[in-house]
Order: sequence, then structure tokens, then C-alpha cells
Amino acid sequence: MSEIAATVDASGLNCPLPILRTRKAIKDMQAGEVLEVVSTDPGSVKDMASFCEQTGNTLLASNESGERYVFLIRKA
Amino acid sequence: MGKTNLAERQQAIPGIASESDADAWFERRFNECFEAREAAKTPSMSIVVTKGTLDWAYPPFILASSAAALGWEVSLFFTFYGLGLLKKDVDDLEISPLGNPAMPMKMPFGPGWFRAIDWKIPNAVMGNVPGFEKLATSLMKKTMHDKGVASVEELRTACLEADVKMIACQMTVDLFGWSMDDFIPEVRDWVGAASFLPTAQRSDVSLFI
Repeated sequence: MSEIAATVDASGLNCPLPILRTRKAIKDMQAGEVLEVVSTDPGSVKDMASFCEQTGNTLLASNESGERYVFLIRKA
Repeated sequence: MGKTNLAERQQAIPGIASESDADAWFERRFNECFEAREAAKTPSMSIVVTKGTLDWAYPPFILASSAAALGWEVSLFFTFYGLGLLKKDVDDLEISPLGNPAMPMKMPFGPGWFRAIDWKIPNAVMGNVPGFEKLATSLMKKTMHDKGVASVEELRTACLEADVKMIACQMTVDLFGWSMDDFIPEVRDWVGAASFLPTAQRSDVSLFI
């Protein structure tokens, strides 16, 4: 697994904030770098997949542990 | 299709022996070009925003900020009560449960069983008790804050940061006796319907809220 360049903690935030925070963080990153996003919003699972598909970034992992969701996204 | 035309095509593209070959080739190339163009295109969305209560402020700003996060081009046209969402201060937006039967009335405090109660309050009571809307508004704001829902101002700022175009209806300002100074300076344009419609026409998604 590639090294994580940045982390966004969107815990406690609801739609559409996790996506907005992700977008903001990924904008400032270099192509190929990996962003980690932590969320507690169940809706963010599908939204994050859709976000990655639309923006061309790669969703490397989408993990659920209890009520926490952790996503790894590689910037295109 | 004339013979000259077919002969020209046969010359230009080897392997085309008949008219149906030519048509099949054209169909395939057309689809390839069309798909490439669609894939390269930036999606766009335009929304006509007509409501100015706290509850109705959310759908346009959530959709606009999310679309912008996906890389779409977004234009919002604020008209009638919707224009109130462009005021400098949107902290005073209110919600009215009166004549709003789909709105659940729940308490954002107390034990679980108490929070679960949907209070059915008759319109006659809601309409007569002074300050009822203020109460409903503060309960709604508390619920939103507790559930991690962004404030209207937060979402509006996110939209502006993501370059969502906010366009205001000129006529509404005159109609309601507002002044342009009441509104945020980020308003791109003050126009009428005829200026916004061409934008809506070119949009992939066009909504009225």
C-alpha cells in the first residue's frame, strides 16, 4: 500500500460535507498521492465511489469498521 | 447516395467495397467521436432557486456544492423568495411548520422515547401561539447541528469556493424593495429570465427548486 500523503477526518459530518472536504483536500495534492478519508456517515460509502468515478481519481479502498468508514483515494 | 460519393469514400478509406460497408464505417466512427466528445465534456447543471425558508435553502446548496465537487459547472438563478438566500446574513432564515404537514416535529433533546415522538400540533395552535416559528426554527437548527449537517452559510461558502455561479433576479430586488447592498458581493450578475434561460438550455441537468 502506498504511503498516505494526507488525511481528512470527516467524522460526525453529514452529506455533502465529507465529499466537499475530500474535494478540498485532493485539490492541493500531487497526482499519484494517496488521501485517507475517515467518515461516520453511512451515505458517504456510495457517495465516495461516485465522487471517484466522476472525478477520475482511484478509490483504492473503502473499509467499514463499526460505525467508521475509511477510504483511500489516489489522485489522478 | 451518389456514385461519385461512394467512389470518393472508397478512395479515402481502404477496405470499403460497398455502400453498406461505408455506412457501417460511418456509424462506427460517428459513435467513437460522439463518445469521445461526451467523455471530454464537463457536465453542467443549472437550478432555479425560488424558496427562501431554512428547509428549502438546503436542496439547492447541497446539490450545487456536490456537483461542483464532482467537477461540474454549476449556475444558480435566485428569484422571488430564493433571492433571500443571497443576503449577507442568512442566519435569520426560518422554518414554518404551519401548513407544512410533511415536516416532522421532534424534540432534539431528552431520552430516546421522547425524541421519537412526532408531535402532531394542530394548525390552529401553530398559527396562534406567538413565536411558534422561532421555536420550530431553533429546534430544527439544533437538530441539524447535532446531526453534523452543515449550516446554510457553510454550504453557500463551499459553493462559492468551488466557483458555483450565483445569478440574481433583477426584478425581484425591485419587487420586494430590497437594495443591492443587502446581498453578498459574490453575486455574478443581476439579470432577468431571458438571460438565464440560455444557460439552462445548455445544461445537462436543469432543476427548479
